[in-house]
Amino acid sequence: MVEAKKVEFWRWPETSWVNPDIDWKKGKFITAGIDVGSVSSQAVVMVDGELYAYSNTRTGYDSPESAWKCLNMALEKSDLTADNLDYCIGTGYGRVNVPMAQRAITEIACHARGANFMYGPEVRTVMDMGGQDCKAIRCDNRGAVMKFMMNDKCAAGTGRGMEVFADLIGVPVWEIGERSFQIEKEPPMISSTCAVFAKTEVVGLLQEGVPENDIIAAYCSAMAHRICELLNRLGIEEKFVITGGIAKNIGVVKRLEKEMGVTTVELTWYAPKMRDKGLPFETQIAGGIGAAVFGAAMLERGKAKSARKA
Amino acid sequence: MIVAGIDVGGKNVHIVIARNGDIMAKAGAPSGINKAEAVEQLYDETLKKAGLKREDVSQVVATGSSGQRVAFAGGVIPDAAADARGVIRLIPSARTIIDVGAEEGRAIKISPEGKVLDFAINEKCAAGTGTFVDTMARALEIPIEEMSKISLQSTKSIPMNAQCAIFGESEVVSLIHQKTSRQDIARAVHDAIAGRVGSVARIVGIENDIVMIGGVARNDGFVESLKRELEMDIRVPENPDFVGALGAAAAAAAGITGEKVEARVVEKETIEEGTT
Repeated sequence: MVEAKKVEFWRWPETSWVNPDIDWKKGKFITAGIDVGSVSSQAVVMVDGELYAYSNTRTGYDSPESAWKCLNMALEKSDLTADNLDYCIGTGYGRVNVPMAQRAITEIACHARGANFMYGPEVRTVMDMGGQDCKAIRCDNRGAVMKFMMNDKCAAGTGRGMEVFADLIGVPVWEIGERSFQIEKEPPMISSTCAVFAKTEVVGLLQEGVPENDIIAAYCSAMAHRICELLNRLGIEEKFVITGGIAKNIGVVKRLEKEMGVTTVELTWYAPKMRDKGLPFETQIAGGIGAAVFGAAMLERGKAKSARKA
Repeated sequence: MIVAGIDVGGKNVHIVIARNGDIMAKAGAPSGINKAEAVEQLYDETLKKAGLKREDVSQVVATGSSGQRVAFAGGVIPDAAADARGVIRLIPSARTIIDVGAEEGRAIKISPEGKVLDFAINEKCAAGTGTFVDTMARALEIPIEEMSKISLQSTKSIPMNAQCAIFGESEVVSLIHQKTSRQDIARAVHDAIAGRVGSVARIVGIENDIVMIGGVARNDGFVESLKRELEMDIRVPENPDFVGALGAAAAAAAGITGEKVEARVVEKETIEEGTT
């Protein structure tokens, strides 16, 4: 008997990656950044400041469990173990509950630093949309935070707001962006500023026979507008970059660029070596990268002691 | 004179048919997607209950967020005006009305004559509305009546971090996983909504007697949470979800077909600022 599996349109696939060109045993400092968010958790491992491994997973019910899960997944295809780590920094909503971390650093600081690593020293504004928040950060050329604004109270304009919509309309969340441009004319944005009320509005539109892709476009438009409000309140300075899951949603990104009148930096590594090698550019690991980079910097400057066990 | 009051809300339609101040028949039903259709159907049902035909009704006044969908209404009045008219006839000592429906949470300050003096509304955020209760009841996998009952059995107060219904749903699921009792979770949900409703009420100033109406007033557990939040007693009339329609009927009887009420709309304050 074949059981129909209930499709979960919000459940983006978990991934991990190990750098085939790095021999960690030859490295001096091995650091890890573990970013435990409300919705997703990422582990990033760096060897002497170079990206060695990462994972992008769904957070479970328990922060410590989620921290172990993402770290183990990142190291699955490597012989490196947690005991080999010199230093580990936790960040994200669950940062105080990362059992293998020696220290916790705020997600704001880690995302700015991570964006600086990923996109380069010309970055001055970072917009990160996580599962349950949206942050706009102004930073300097070293990725240090100058000021920020964050919404972590309202689902509209957060990853969950998009997941809930994808689930409702029955389109996988990773297809939303592309589908939003398969329209004839740009429709007006969804008017509800609340993601819960927006669901009712969407149901109404579906019942009226409005094409799915038009509704998707309207929702992306509303989300882009929500982000713009935040960015305009903060004031942006170029170069402007996006991190987090939403960076992969062209439906929101392109509309955001149009409304702000600004082009975001291309989703590719700043460092030529990384770019040329075609290393995967996973925008959801920015926080983890920042944390791992902080760890490496602290060890190098003698501000932290190695916690390596093996 | 026979009149009808029709309250078309975000989730439900309520209809009251009255003669000389006495209710002849009333009925309520989900408004669904096609609200106009739902109204027509329910109106005919209510007329039948009262043993009347459409032409027997002299005046129809509508209210509610979709009051204008009532094609045959002689007039539409704002919810706050309908609530004020409805409450003052039931509880003449009322001075503060708290009306929590499916999609809006309102607080109305009224004069002894039942005139609206001040009015604040949360209509932009599902937190502090019936939708929040519905969402959490679904997460707990129990009907709202059950949630109301078990919340009254809780002796512990657990703070809910989430303000948003969507985040709250995840939080409830986490709490269930952490083996928190359903009683305590239900109470936490009601306390959370009460917090939001309380802040809307404080905008207009809380003065005795406080009367709560709207669908959520049927939730005893929530009413208890709100009493704790306001630190004051709250009176809930019978059939609290019909009070809007009753008020609209009263307006019809008084020959009122339109009213203006100034609303103070509560904004969503969700942005945190900082430098580190």
